[in-house]
Amino acid sequence: MNTRTLEPQHFKSPAGEVEKQFDNPLQQRDTATIGMWVFMATEIMFFGVLFAAYLILRSLHPAGFAEASRDTDLLLGSIETAVLLVSSITIMIGIRAVRLEQRRIGVAFLGLTVLLGCGFLLIHGLEYRADYFKHLIPGIDYHQSGPYWKVKELFYCMYYFITGFHSLHLFIGICVNAGMTIRVARGSYGEHDYTALELAGLYWHLVDMVWIFVFPLLYLIGRSG
Amino acid sequence: MSTMDTLTLPPPAVDSYLDHDNTLWAWLTTHDHKRIAILYTIGITFFFVLGGIAAAMIRLDLLEPSGLLDPETYNKSFTFHGVVMVWFFLIPSIPATLGNFLLPLMIGARDMAFPRINLASWYLYMIGGLFTAAALVWGGVDTGWTFYTPYSTMFSNTNVYLVIVGVFVTGFSTIFTGINFLVTTHSLRTPGMTWFRLPLFVWAMYAVSLVMVLATPVLAMTLALIGLERGMGVGVFDPALGGDPLLFQHLFWFYSHPAVYIMILPAMGLVSEVISCFARRRIFGYKFMTWSMLAIAVIGFMVWGHHMFVAGMSVYAGMVFSLLSFIVAVPSAIKVFNWTSTLHKGDISFESPMLYVLGFVGLFTMGGLTGLMLAAPALDVPLTDTYFVIAHFHYVMVGGSVMAYMGGIHFWWPKVTGRLYPEGPAKFSAILMFVGFNLTFFPQYILGYDGMPRRYHSYAPQFQTLNVLSSAGASILALSYLLPLLYLVWSLRYGHKAGNNPWQARGLEWQTTSPPPENNFRHPPVVRNAYAYDEPAP
Amino acid sequence: MRIHDPMFLLPDASSISPRIDLLFWTMVGMCTLVAVGVMLTMVYFCVRYRLGSHADRSNRHKKNLTVELSWTLIPLVIFLGMFTWSLFLFAQLHTPPAKSQTIYVVAKQWMWKIQHPGGQREINMLHVPLGQPIRLTMTSQDVIHSFYVPAFRVKQDVLPDRYTRLWFTPTKLGRFPLRCTEYCGLDHSKMKGYVVVMRPSDYARWLHDHAASDSVVSQGKAIFRQRGCSGCHSPRASVHAPDLHGIYGRVVHLSNGKTVVADERYIHDSIMQPDSQVVAGYAPIMPSFKGQIPASDMLKLMAYLKSNSTDEPPASNTPNGEAR
Repeated sequence: MNTRTLEPQHFKSPAGEVEKQFDNPLQQRDTATIGMWVFMATEIMFFGVLFAAYLILRSLHPAGFAEASRDTDLLLGSIETAVLLVSSITIMIGIRAVRLEQRRIGVAFLGLTVLLGCGFLLIHGLEYRADYFKHLIPGIDYHQSGPYWKVKELFYCMYYFITGFHSLHLFIGICVNAGMTIRVARGSYGEHDYTALELAGLYWHLVDMVWIFVFPLLYLIGRSG
Repeated sequence: MSTMDTLTLPPPAVDSYLDHDNTLWAWLTTHDHKRIAILYTIGITFFFVLGGIAAAMIRLDLLEPSGLLDPETYNKSFTFHGVVMVWFFLIPSIPATLGNFLLPLMIGARDMAFPRINLASWYLYMIGGLFTAAALVWGGVDTGWTFYTPYSTMFSNTNVYLVIVGVFVTGFSTIFTGINFLVTTHSLRTPGMTWFRLPLFVWAMYAVSLVMVLATPVLAMTLALIGLERGMGVGVFDPALGGDPLLFQHLFWFYSHPAVYIMILPAMGLVSEVISCFARRRIFGYKFMTWSMLAIAVIGFMVWGHHMFVAGMSVYAGMVFSLLSFIVAVPSAIKVFNWTSTLHKGDISFESPMLYVLGFVGLFTMGGLTGLMLAAPALDVPLTDTYFVIAHFHYVMVGGSVMAYMGGIHFWWPKVTGRLYPEGPAKFSAILMFVGFNLTFFPQYILGYDGMPRRYHSYAPQFQTLNVLSSAGASILALSYLLPLLYLVWSLRYGHKAGNNPWQARGLEWQTTSPPPENNFRHPPVVRNAYAYDEPAP
Repeated sequence: MRIHDPMFLLPDASSISPRIDLLFWTMVGMCTLVAVGVMLTMVYFCVRYRLGSHADRSNRHKKNLTVELSWTLIPLVIFLGMFTWSLFLFAQLHTPPAKSQTIYVVAKQWMWKIQHPGGQREINMLHVPLGQPIRLTMTSQDVIHSFYVPAFRVKQDVLPDRYTRLWFTPTKLGRFPLRCTEYCGLDHSKMKGYVVVMRPSDYARWLHDHAASDSVVSQGKAIFRQRGCSGCHSPRASVHAPDLHGIYGRVVHLSNGKTVVADERYIHDSIMQPDSQVVAGYAPIMPSFKGQIPASDMLKLMAYLKSNSTDEPPASNTPNGEAR
């Protein structure tokens, strides 16, 4: 739906009123949306640095990184990817349902999204746990032998930094979504008031998109070699 | 002029933003951009004084070739000076104070787009500042503000963590400010305020915000990686551990060169406002001025390598960075020529803000031109990391940004406080600042050419004359910063009432009462043109 | 206050320094011209168009595309000219003459350790013969330092675990200060010394007086044997390891299908992380020597490995070389 064709009266803010700096609810909605996009640009720069550092280190130590990369758990990683992709669909269905005032479907799908997010963290936790028993966590318990043990430490350091930073983002997304789900269940949001939901959805998609880059970079490249 | 205004204008009918709720709690929880600007001003002034004390220590040490302080204290002084002045003074200076106060007023808005985030950014700034100050209390840090690895990660025994955390947290404050400015400029312009009617100060804020939101995350993550390397001994940057030392320098300067433009772009916008007002004519080449600011913001992202000509980067990379650095100088040149042309056929008067700003144009020109020499790699090889570089960036940042900041504070003081500062002392300190500045930093150009490296606690005896001159200049400079602090505070209580528009300026911010009411305007203003100095007064 | 040397007299004592000075003073001249021009114009306007003066203010220009474009394009052309000039000089700074003599420099907190090819060592002093192109191969034992001789107008950062190069041809006799210009910790400002330029005959005598038992190359050879390198890397060895004769500057084919030029960086990495770049056809069996060979010994090994190769690394090794 093209928001530009909507009348300002179509929207109301969550509190039912417009904050003083805005002329009308439509302006308030547009402002929040632009803000979210700018914020996402900064997020991309945050992750961009990590990816750049990772790629440069990888180009310095191609063989060691490839070997370390092969030690990651491809199966769990793939499941995580699938879980996140599905969650991107469920959050979309949930928000759409709220906009159509189908509140119960909305709560169900938003709740499902939160569960999928938690599932992702859980599976990732399993990966971390397995790493721990394999003595693969730099700074906590890292004991490896073999020619590449030092380079692999570097890989795992970047691995934990990137996936940890991503999981932190996902965790924030889960908290925000859980809050939204509860509020939807209590009757907030609806046909005229879904900006906050939409922005939370944008953020969720962003976190998913980042994973779409994390997964091949950390798990897939160099696996065949 | 001011007395005339107070006689002819009716007394303000609306209560100003300063009239109610003056409890400490109300100030600390305010969402009003004007009050947040004042909170920022207090914080920034505090850190400016701290950084200034560190600068005084540096100049004190360098009075004698053998150094008057011990090397450890000296190293900690210049590190503290750099960290505080860069992240806790220069970067937030004009945007967070004047920008915060003026941006909504200049575009006819009632507040920032996200007032709560605006307040949060002040708190983040203060928390970051406290961490940094805590590092000082716990013995200081000796890495230099550039945190070069492997010194900062493996060799320094000082409190690097605390400072990194401080700068990291403050980075978020910068990002929040940037997001707020961008969105406010996009969404909250009053009817008739089209993009090409925006005051150049607003354009400057817009350009600088772009840089803030895109560059600051890079610094934050780089510092996090430093923390990781220092804490876990995993070598992202340390070659002994398999990392790449140049990677750190690339990432650091990818942020820190744009950060230089974060410091100078706001000054450029501010100067355009003041010159246009006191020359009483429209700024010359408005569109070239806007495009040149955007060009600086964009090209500024691609020149970071000119800090690394001798770092061990490949020659070809050096050539590309050099070319881009020459190109980024063109828009700056355009701006200087346009400011000069704005004076042409004007009706120029010389109130103290104008003196500061004319000083800015001169000093910025010198700083910019010597920057051109450093962009030439063959000259950068002998000159880099000497006092030539120190002189160059102080001409741009102190002679440029700080001079402009002082001019801006004087120019908008009547708007912010409703009072006039005493003109005589203000003119005196403007001239004093110009003289003191040149005396401090011009000798450093010569020192640099003669081969005195930066960050030297002791030096060869033949450099003493110039160093003593520089220290003498620094004491004059210190006086010229102290004076405004005294008479501006004095004027808060004893200054004459300013009236709404003592300078007869045409910007939107002058069309409301001084100090402005809480919601800035009594009626939403409608804009028909920009810089209407060539038309009869409304 | 004592005044020792005249303030503005920095000697130019290398073949490149007059050329750099010419560019420097040309740019100083141009910048002064522009700065003075802008300031005089400003002062003139300020006086002539001061508030209340009777100067003619008719036909105020609001915009003037020709003027704007001319002061955009003219500076651009001048800048490009300066850029090109500086580029040629920069390339020269990174192109040592063919017949240059290599001297090895190890930087550490807070001293410069120097070794001549004949094995002569000195600290914070570098004796060189007049008129002879000198090439320094430099590395650091701890943090980043920077080798700077103001009178020669040359400077190069010195990095740990990397090898950087710097060259100059001294053209004046005398003692010229050498300083560290990359902040390296507590006594950064004490990390200094002198380059002493001598007549070739005096230099020969100096070398003779300070003669070491062994040249750098033979010291390197000794290390090569002590560390057990020769046990595998010699034609007679029973272990299957690549022959290192003439390795320096050779194109090496790696087991991952890539090729590299064997420069200082490659040799260093092969010793410290042997398994990162294994030569095609060999098994990754070499142990790592990480943390076992000090930087100064690495330079000697390097010199030894270079000594039995005839060529400099070919051009794919970027002119300034090894740090990247």
